[in-house]
Amino acid sequence: MSQSLAFVLNVPETPQDPEDQEPSPYDESEVHDSFHQLIQEQSRWVAEEGLELQQRVPGAGALGASGSDRQALLGPEGAPVYSTATLRILASMPSRTIGRSRGAILSQYYSRTVRLRRRAGRPQLRDVGRSARPSLRLYDLELDPAVLEEDEKRGLLVKELQGLTVAQRDHMLRGMPLSLSEKRCLREESRPPRGKRRARGHRGLLSCCSQLRDSCILASHNLGLALLSGLQALMPWHYALKRIGGQFGSSVLSYFLFLKTLLAFNTLLLLPLLAFIVGVQAAFPPAPSGSVPAFRGLELLTGGGRFTHTVMYYGYYSNATLNQPCASPRDGGQCTPEAGGLPYNMPLAYLFTVGVAFFITCITLVYSMSRSFGESYRVGSTSGVHAITVFCSWDYKVTQKWATRLQHDNIRTQLKELLAEGQLRHRPPRACGRLWQAAVLGLVWLLCLGTTLVCALAVYSFSELVLQQSRVSAERDGALLALPLVVCLLNLGAPYLFRVLAALERHDSPVLEVYVAICRNLILKMVILGILCYHWLGRRVGTLKDQCWEDFVGQELYRLMVMDFIFTLLDTLLGELVWRLISEKRSQRKGKPEFDIAGNVLELIYGQTLTWLGVLFSPLLPAMQIIKLLFVFYVKKTSLMANCQAPRRPWKASHMSTVFISLLCFPSFLGAAIFLCYAIWQVKPSSICGPFRTLDTMYEAGKVWVRHLEEAGPRVSWLPWIHRYLVESAFPIYLASALLLAVIYLNIQVVKGQRKVICLLKEQLSNEGEDKIFLINKLQRIYERKERSRVGRTEEAVTPPAVFTDDWDAQ
Amino acid sequence: MGNKQTVFTHEQLEAYQDNPFRQRIAQVFSEDGDGHMTLDNFLDMFSVMSEMAPRDLKAYYAFKIYDFNNDDYICVWDLEQTVTQLTRGELSAEEVSLVCEKVLDEADGDHDGRLSLEDFQNMILRAPDFLSTFHIRI
Repeated sequence: MSQSLAFVLNVPETPQDPEDQEPSPYDESEVHDSFHQLIQEQSRWVAEEGLELQQRVPGAGALGASGSDRQALLGPEGAPVYSTATLRILASMPSRTIGRSRGAILSQYYSRTVRLRRRAGRPQLRDVGRSARPSLRLYDLELDPAVLEEDEKRGLLVKELQGLTVAQRDHMLRGMPLSLSEKRCLREESRPPRGKRRARGHRGLLSCCSQLRDSCILASHNLGLALLSGLQALMPWHYALKRIGGQFGSSVLSYFLFLKTLLAFNTLLLLPLLAFIVGVQAAFPPAPSGSVPAFRGLELLTGGGRFTHTVMYYGYYSNATLNQPCASPRDGGQCTPEAGGLPYNMPLAYLFTVGVAFFITCITLVYSMSRSFGESYRVGSTSGVHAITVFCSWDYKVTQKWATRLQHDNIRTQLKELLAEGQLRHRPPRACGRLWQAAVLGLVWLLCLGTTLVCALAVYSFSELVLQQSRVSAERDGALLALPLVVCLLNLGAPYLFRVLAALERHDSPVLEVYVAICRNLILKMVILGILCYHWLGRRVGTLKDQCWEDFVGQELYRLMVMDFIFTLLDTLLGELVWRLISEKRSQRKGKPEFDIAGNVLELIYGQTLTWLGVLFSPLLPAMQIIKLLFVFYVKKTSLMANCQAPRRPWKASHMSTVFISLLCFPSFLGAAIFLCYAIWQVKPSSICGPFRTLDTMYEAGKVWVRHLEEAGPRVSWLPWIHRYLVESAFPIYLASALLLAVIYLNIQVVKGQRKVICLLKEQLSNEGEDKIFLINKLQRIYERKERSRVGRTEEAVTPPAVFTDDWDAQ
Repeated sequence: MGNKQTVFTHEQLEAYQDNPFRQRIAQVFSEDGDGHMTLDNFLDMFSVMSEMAPRDLKAYYAFKIYDFNNDDYICVWDLEQTVTQLTRGELSAEEVSLVCEKVLDEADGDHDGRLSLEDFQNMILRAPDFLSTFHIRI
């Protein structure tokens, strides 16, 4: 401190006895209760004994507990030492009052609202006072809490709230830490009264639009709330989910929530299909071809027989324009004279509906994935794991006593693991230990990939065998189930093998183990599905030249789905029920089996992939999937309640939800979309059935339509133009990819910049903290010296200000 | 709540009273701070613990719950109380103090040896799980 600071520090006198004091800050409600008591006690002590004051803290040394590098407020005895005056000033600091008084909350939210409304930028540098470091406080428009009364602050806040839009106001009100009744009052008061609307006429059209928009938003908001309260009663499984969350926690709940999400996706997929394809074709059934076989029970498993010539499969749909008014008498049997009916081009409708349904599903998936990512990943979120474990890991949903005991155990284990990990990090890892670990890891991966390859070869050779058999003799219904059976057996058995192999390797973190297991299972399932797709589109199409191959593929997918459902039931029965009985008989201590979240989620993803693969060939497949999901929910829930316990590993429920949704999007939906695109663009549809029977590819239906439009005249010429220049040519794809890459690069740079800003702000924060402690120390020393001088020399009342500057220089 | 019956036996009630912070929740949400809640306080509590409450509001009340001595800061003593209640006293004193030290290292922004509300909110921002764990289903 080289230069002298030219300010006068007004040091109020320490009182001789409490009765003579002028009204001071600690009489008002802003002062904290414990400080109030403390100040009273200590003032009495000073009056009696005239000693230095000590501050008692609850516990051992709150400040400067471990910091030799921290500036601590330590007195000579090692405990913090404050005088009454310092305590008084400390107690009325703005940061101390925000949590306590309503007035402070109101003024804080007033300033936030003002900032939101005016969007104040950075203050001009010339307005910054001559302080050492321009603090962030300058960005605030804080009201001086001592000046205004609470009612005035409230009035100002209401006035500011009236200036916001409805959505912003609701958002602001929702975030205020006040009681519900107060928030309701504020909301009522800040609704704009009707009279004021006319007074703002001079702003004209703009204000009219914004008010219209506001009232629309308000009306829809109210309608939404009313619907929501009505829907609460109808919402499926609300009570069941609550019970599951209460007994098993958020991680197991995430599986059931994922199931509910899948149900929503399937419904979204099914609705356009029902409306535009199935419903229309059911209203205009084609002429029956040949005899209809009788219904045997086996159709439920094989999907063939009675179900073949129904709306369930592709082959039923006609390739003509339905409901066309009879143009010429030569048109034969399809003439239904509906005067004024709309002609309905079935092939075009089929193609477009499937395309649009997939597009909507894609958009919804990407949106929910990005929202999930946004919620669960943050810049710098990998640090701070101890704090997060202590404060965020207790699940308040859990209500049962044994479940809370499990939570206590989990958290204790987690903390112990974290501490052990921290100590391990301090020890440098041995080189040969790491090498051995890497070797074991590589070996296990090799074995797992080898198993996957073996399974893939098995599926391939079995499918070839089935193909050969079908060439030789006509397939019986029962034999059709052989391939799905083999596939499901492999899907069931290989993950257990992977689990056994994974026991050999040792990972540093248990979460990584789970991710690796998911990865391996996923690779297996996708490879098997890939082989099956090649088998259908590559081989079966050639074999079934004179028959309806699309029907066959649709039925194969139906069979796979049914077999998958049966095996899920078997797995639940054997994996959970039988294991629990065995483990209970063996040892009482071991307890119930854990609910395998990752394995079950992968089953769901696999089933959904099958649905997406089969939508083109069997438009009612999403309906089957919905029924299957409903059954699976109840079966899994019953088995969970009866047989399982929550997993012991630390599961970050939000991370896992993000992982599930992205796995649903990337390998699963992307693969299905690629399969669909290939089937539409490259494969020749069969010539005897279906809506595309006369065309070379399914996509040609669209091209034919565009040609029709070109011939139709110049009024709709923009559609063929779009088709020629945007769909057929490759340039838009290049442009879109370049744009996407540019956006990704920009986002990466923005994140980098944000990280830098966070570092700088953290530094600034710690510097401000040091400043504060320095100032408090200085303040304390001033009061100490004053106290000493007052006690020592009774005739001197006030030290002249000049002494301060000398003392200041001497520090 | 959680059961469709309306009359509970003593054992059943005991099963629902196992949240280690139940005293603190009652104290924070009651008007006079001693744990007696009116209907409005009860509604406030469920409003804050519901799905729709914004993150900052939940962080504010979580901060008040974990601030055992009500001094607007989570000091080392508060942290020790929190950790002890979380683990039902099964960690040794040394481990508890080690954990508290690490928590302060990670979350204390201005290095004054205790967590202020802003430190706490900043830490909560990095924890996406908070919204799903600080949540009671009705």
